[in-house]
Amino acid sequence: MSTAVSTIAVSTDLDLKADITVAGRNRLAVDDVARGVRLWRLAVALGWLDIRLRYRGSMLGPFWLTISTGVMVAALGFLYSTLFKMDLREYLPFLALSQVLWGFLSALVSEACTTFTDAEGVIRSVRMPFFVYSTRTLIRNFIALGHNIVVIVVVFAIFQIWPGWGLVEAIPGLLLWVIDSLALTLLLGAFCARFRDIQPIVNSVMQIAFFVTPVIWKPSQLGAGVDNLPFNPFFDLLEIVRAPLLGEGGTSSMTWLGAVIYSVVLCSVSWAFFVRARGRITFWI
Amino acid sequence: MADSASILVENVSVLFPLYHGSSRSLKKMVVAAASGRLAQDTHQRVVVRALTDINLNLGRGDRLGLVGSNGAGKTTLLRVLAGIYEPVMGRLKVSGSLNALLDPNLGMNVELTGRENILLRGLYNGLPKSALPRLEEDVADFAELSDFLDLPVRIYSAGMVVRLGFALATAIRPQILLMDEWFLAGDAVFMDKARVRLEEMVRSADILVLSSHNTAIIKEWCSRVLWLDQGRIIADGPAGDVLNQYLGLPAEQPVSALG
Repeated sequence: MSTAVSTIAVSTDLDLKADITVAGRNRLAVDDVARGVRLWRLAVALGWLDIRLRYRGSMLGPFWLTISTGVMVAALGFLYSTLFKMDLREYLPFLALSQVLWGFLSALVSEACTTFTDAEGVIRSVRMPFFVYSTRTLIRNFIALGHNIVVIVVVFAIFQIWPGWGLVEAIPGLLLWVIDSLALTLLLGAFCARFRDIQPIVNSVMQIAFFVTPVIWKPSQLGAGVDNLPFNPFFDLLEIVRAPLLGEGGTSSMTWLGAVIYSVVLCSVSWAFFVRARGRITFWI
Repeated sequence: MADSASILVENVSVLFPLYHGSSRSLKKMVVAAASGRLAQDTHQRVVVRALTDINLNLGRGDRLGLVGSNGAGKTTLLRVLAGIYEPVMGRLKVSGSLNALLDPNLGMNVELTGRENILLRGLYNGLPKSALPRLEEDVADFAELSDFLDLPVRIYSAGMVVRLGFALATAIRPQILLMDEWFLAGDAVFMDKARVRLEEMVRSADILVLSSHNTAIIKEWCSRVLWLDQGRIIADGPAGDVLNQYLGLPAEQPVSALG
């Protein structure tokens, strides 16, 4: 038996100065993201692991997600199509899609808060790019979304709906989601590590957003008020993916404009905060 | 890989902000700001000075031992060298590959099998895919887990967990090796074998920084000793001299107490 140690550690060069310029901090933050991207295989493994561990010991595993979403969509679908006096055929596909997409958004926002605090042990014992934990949160939520998509597929199949080109048209929206999600995990992850009362605040904001955003009700039910919807960032971001998939002839340019503006604001705020806070996160958790 | 490893620490200080109670709450900060009490609040923030004005220059072949009582800043200094705590004052420059053995169960997940844990560790270290089979073989060989390798770590005996943790930590050979004293714990039978492996790793490293309470180990492995107390360097020099000084201290106290 050989005791020879043969695997060689990957080289790391560090140059950390306390009093550096904004440009210096910015370079370190860019470096963090670049190294984080290179560790994508770790982020994917950790994301999968989170899902596996969350559902360990259950026979269906992550498909419990699918079932609970399915039951919820069915229950809400029958109830609200009656309340809203809408045709089930028109309402249920809308609801299934909205509910699944919103589920992704709200879980992501909520889990963004614990992106860094959950990884406390690792952060304290090895130097890792913080971007890895952001990617991990993103991947975990995309895996959950992947399981829930089954609900949409089943509902669409029952009502024989085929989004066609809408599938392609939804891709730009999804890409924007990826960017925004990463920005949000960096921002909320760091901010919630510093201030521990943010997460409850974020959760109540999401609760309110769920009711004021057309998730279970249709934008058209608002009547004349529909023109004000693009001011709701949640609506814009939801609609850029949902509208093409519903085959409603794509998203209006106002919605896209809103989505892009809100995303630019989010990314700028997030980056500015991350550049400032990156070196301090370890002290906060 | 860098040609020669080096560590340069210049005037590094580390301050820990102690967040407790209201400084953890955004709501209270906002209320305090609104009522003009923020300035007062900032002053009330308690800060612990974990390290003060540390200067250190290590090059190829250096074997540094860190001694000092609990809370002297030994582990904090290791974390600074590993780039985990970024200095609040001063500068840190490290070149060469680095491995810090700080947490024996780093990233180990008890729900995963031994094999999965090995692969995960490889990913944590950013190893290329091609290096993973070699890593797996090496760790499995050393930890002697045989059939248990494909079972979850949850069902391992305590000794097996220690072996796996140790094998994982020592499987990756760095130019700069930072070690906390945890690895000295372990059952006796395992220790001999562990020692051989550890010594091999220490020998192959360009720079060793070892923190321990055990002066015998420091004396054996280190050529230079840094004595820390309350975050300050008390002495830095050849192992023999500093250790004598360090060990002399407790002996002096009873005398002065008597006198």
